[in-house]
Amino acid sequence: MTTKVAVERLTDPRKTGQRVYYTGVFLLCAWVIVPLYFLFLNTVSSAEAVNGFPKSFLPEFNLDSLKFFAGFDGMVSALANSVYVAGITMILSITIGAPAGYALSRFDFKGKELFRALILLTRAFPLPLLALPLAVLFIRIGLDDTIFGLALVHTTLAVPFAVLITFSLFSGIPIELEEAAWTLGCSRFTAFTKVVFPLILPGITASAIFAFVISWNEVFAAAVLTIENRTLTAFLLQNLDTAPMHLKFAGGFILVVPALVFIFAVRKYLFSMWGIANR
Amino acid sequence: MKSKFLPYYLIAPVTLFLLCFFVYPFLLVASQAFSSGGDGYSFDNFSEILSYWKFPISLKNTLLLAAAVVPVQVALALLMATMVNRMEKGRDMVLYIWTIPLAISDLAAGIIWLAIFEQSGFLNSMMHALGVIDKPMNLLSYQNMGMVFLAIALAEIWRATAIMMVILVAGIGLIPKEYYEAAEVFGASPWKRFTKITLPLLRPSLQTALLLRVILAFEIFAVVAALGGTLFPVLMGQTYEYQFDLLNSGAASAMALVILAISIAFTIVIMRSLRVPKGIQI
Repeated sequence: MTTKVAVERLTDPRKTGQRVYYTGVFLLCAWVIVPLYFLFLNTVSSAEAVNGFPKSFLPEFNLDSLKFFAGFDGMVSALANSVYVAGITMILSITIGAPAGYALSRFDFKGKELFRALILLTRAFPLPLLALPLAVLFIRIGLDDTIFGLALVHTTLAVPFAVLITFSLFSGIPIELEEAAWTLGCSRFTAFTKVVFPLILPGITASAIFAFVISWNEVFAAAVLTIENRTLTAFLLQNLDTAPMHLKFAGGFILVVPALVFIFAVRKYLFSMWGIANR
Repeated sequence: MKSKFLPYYLIAPVTLFLLCFFVYPFLLVASQAFSSGGDGYSFDNFSEILSYWKFPISLKNTLLLAAAVVPVQVALALLMATMVNRMEKGRDMVLYIWTIPLAISDLAAGIIWLAIFEQSGFLNSMMHALGVIDKPMNLLSYQNMGMVFLAIALAEIWRATAIMMVILVAGIGLIPKEYYEAAEVFGASPWKRFTKITLPLLRPSLQTALLLRVILAFEIFAVVAALGGTLFPVLMGQTYEYQFDLLNSGAASAMALVILAISIAFTIVIMRSLRVPKGIQI
């Protein structure tokens, strides 16, 4: 590689390679952002502009569509329902998921493999379909068309992730830290609350947010299980045929905004969460 | 508290929850699917859905979509993961942008691509600006089924490649850098390094990513509802139709079992074909 010819032969394609590489990265970023920008454009346009042709590619910052969305019958309560369902899902899946994640990371016990298999099995199933029999069951026990009933189904979706993610988080904290706390007079419980919990809190928050997003985005079970108390996704789905275009876009935009914020909040954990949750 | 029982106390809540809301409803779906109005069990629901004229179309559409979308997603996700792997400056920024669709619901993704493909949408506006067309065309119509398919496929690729990429980026991160350095010392080209190191060592992650995506591909529903409406029947949409428009929950359950069976069949095929021999895992 020391001869001049070899160096020249190497450097030139390398430069074009670099150019291709950066263009590729740029194009892939554009591929993600441009459709989002179009949705944003439509959301901040008046109804006339949304239905007009040809479209302008610059925003006009007209809030009529959003105002119309806020004033549309049932929309605000649907939005509130979505937040409630996602909130309950988040709390439920972390409170029952995190202890199991801790158990998986710290103990060897009989039936551990079976338990892991149960958790992994849930991911191989089209879970929203389970809403079908639950719709019947919920009528019998009075949970039909309730926020809590839907949150239970969404928790089934989110809890396997909560278990696997917290498992990987707890595994990242050396057990020696806990053992040291025990020798210094902590009980198993106080060692957990004083040593492990503060370390794990950011990660737990990230996986809670993940659970929130799973519920917030779910469409099928929400549409099957709610009739009067529609969530935002179910409401939009129901009105897809009849709603005017600008209402759809405003609704889509409201669905997307929390997603953007959430991904930004958990971006640090996204990859470590999947790195081990993978196995 | 004896530590012998502690793990069981800790896993009890999840286990109970999943028994109630995963195992039990699954048994319910199965019994509903085989019920026949009276007390006995029969295949009536299955013969009903299988003989319905929309079933072959929705099965074909669902499978075709999966066949068109998943390979593109694997390729794109692999490309993104390898690109990000050698990136130094701006890695976090690029990763954030590429993972945005991960948190976007299928319904929202459908609406986003509706903004592009609808009659007065951005694709028509762009073609108008370029002088290709004089007046807006109705792209998502019965006369234009190819375009409907393309719009749905693009929306799916746009939305769901991110989850694969995240899994693959995490997987590539686990491959020791020394392997690449050694390969470079021996003069392996970037392509050789990719096929001889990255691909084989990425097999566990690829398997996970493929499984997750393929199963979700059979559940495609909201994207189709937003873009194709009734033009483009898919299995999940038919299930919804049985439950709501036809109020036939027996048939809906039978559809659910059919989707389940397809998912399980593909799960087994993927697990078999990408089997990771024990011991070579990193």
